[in-house]
Amino acid sequence: MNLTLKVWRQKNSKSAGKLVDYQVSDISPDMSFLEMFDVLNEQLINKGEEPIVFDHDCREGICGMCSMFINGRPHGPKQGITTCQLHMRSFKDGDTIVVEPWRAAAFPVIKDLATDRSSFDRIIASGGFISVNTGNAQDANALPIPKRQADAAFEAAACIACGACVATCKNASAMLFVSAKISQLALLPQGQPERYRRVQSMVAQMDAEGFGNCTNTRACEAECPKGISLENIARMNRDYYAAKFASEEEV
Amino acid sequence: MSSFGKAFSSSIGKKLVVGITGLFLILFLIVHCFINSLIFLNDGGETFNLGAEFMAGNWPIRAGEIVLFLGLIIHIVQTARLTYENRKARPVKYAAYNGSANSKWYSRSMGLLGTLLLIFLIVHLANFWVVSRFTGIPTHDVNNRENLFAVMVETFQNPWIVLLYVLSMVSLCYHLLHGFASAFQTMGWNHKKYAKLIISVGIWYSIIISVLFAAMPIAIYTGLIN
Ligand code: HEM
Ligand code: SF4
Ligand code: FES
Repeated sequence: MNLTLKVWRQKNSKSAGKLVDYQVSDISPDMSFLEMFDVLNEQLINKGEEPIVFDHDCREGICGMCSMFINGRPHGPKQGITTCQLHMRSFKDGDTIVVEPWRAAAFPVIKDLATDRSSFDRIIASGGFISVNTGNAQDANALPIPKRQADAAFEAAACIACGACVATCKNASAMLFVSAKISQLALLPQGQPERYRRVQSMVAQMDAEGFGNCTNTRACEAECPKGISLENIARMNRDYYAAKFASEEEV
Repeated sequence: MSSFGKAFSSSIGKKLVVGITGLFLILFLIVHCFINSLIFLNDGGETFNLGAEFMAGNWPIRAGEIVLFLGLIIHIVQTARLTYENRKARPVKYAAYNGSANSKWYSRSMGLLGTLLLIFLIVHLANFWVVSRFTGIPTHDVNNRENLFAVMVETFQNPWIVLLYVLSMVSLCYHLLHGFASAFQTMGWNHKKYAKLIISVGIWYSIIISVLFAAMPIAIYTGLIN
């Protein structure tokens, strides 16, 4: 396949960036999108140009690093996958592909396509954990949890903190991510003692990081590679109201 | 800051206010639409004028009017603020952004639809509310009631006003198609047992209310009602 790429190049967080055109040829349709970028970078290195910086790690859809906004969508045109799981057969020979970094005030560009997502880390650090040691894995029936509840917690826990939800949201809101991280604990017995502190401190940190306000467009849910549901946001909102208006736990 | 202060200055709290005022406006529209639909009885506005007189001479409804204006103003101020903050949350825009791949255009255009509604509301209040409350309704009907219906008939002789009203009801329909279910989601009411019901009631509500409201100026302009 021969393709034209328009890739965002930006020297550092301070400088202004721009889209630069590149041509790649003889790309195998079975390559992943990141492998296609490896080919392009090798071309650039051979020509003595600076390769394109992009985040990646596991290349199997579990680490959440590979943040690329491809032709106007996070992780490209397919649903339920990350950029490393996107294959070139999803494009046509001769296509022009625009590749940009995640864009949000809370995700400043470090260089080219790599953004600083440590705002997510600070949200987790503000309360996305259980403060006491909950011990080793429990004996199967020692701690009764309804199947439905365990499944919902597991589904929420599938979030890989990739930030696609923020990237695609017209408001750059982090509600889907935060609600998944709150729900995975709020649904399980171990998460109960800190449930109403956690939701208050994590939402406060989310706001402090400069993410936008959710307007329920549902774009996040449609683009999330792990299928995190908007029901988690509703659950977080309920917990937040309960914490602020009913509980005496002040944060 | 107090606990409530913190709650209402958070992103979720601000959205809660939008949702509650939005739902309150939705309730108001039911009453408003019901009374206005009395013109479809085509009795020269007699029943409609009776309804209007009841609404005007009833102190709980007068008090409700103040709450309604407050609600509307809070809704507008709060959504303007949210829209401004949301713009700031993405200082550098995407060169390519394919919003239609994952969301409805009207869910992404609530600010635009709301602004159209605001323009409409200014014209609408000048047409009817200012007349009935301040400058005075000029004529009386056969039962010697203030003839608000006559004001309506006169207003809707102007095709531009009719067009503005009809287009505004299209905006209202789309504003509500997103707004109705969105308000429930904001309030945390997204639950497998109720989601389908809320979505379908929202769709029916949006369509019925806007079609009825849009039919009024059309029916009067075309002379179907007189
Ligand atoms: C009768 C008139 C109106 C009704 C019934 C109404 C209803 C609603 C509802 C139910 C929502 C959803 C709230 C939520 O998601 O929690 C909403 C959102 C919104 N409204 Fe209105 N509204 C009206 C007029 C206006 C006006 C005049 C403006 C602006 C000038 C406006 C601007 C907005 C905006 C920007 C949102 C976006 C928030 C979001 O997307 O969730 N609305 N409205
Ligand atoms: S909710 Fe989905 S899109 Fe958002 S960070 Fe988690 S996995 Fe990524
Ligand atoms: S590189 Fe780990 S999810 Fe793509």
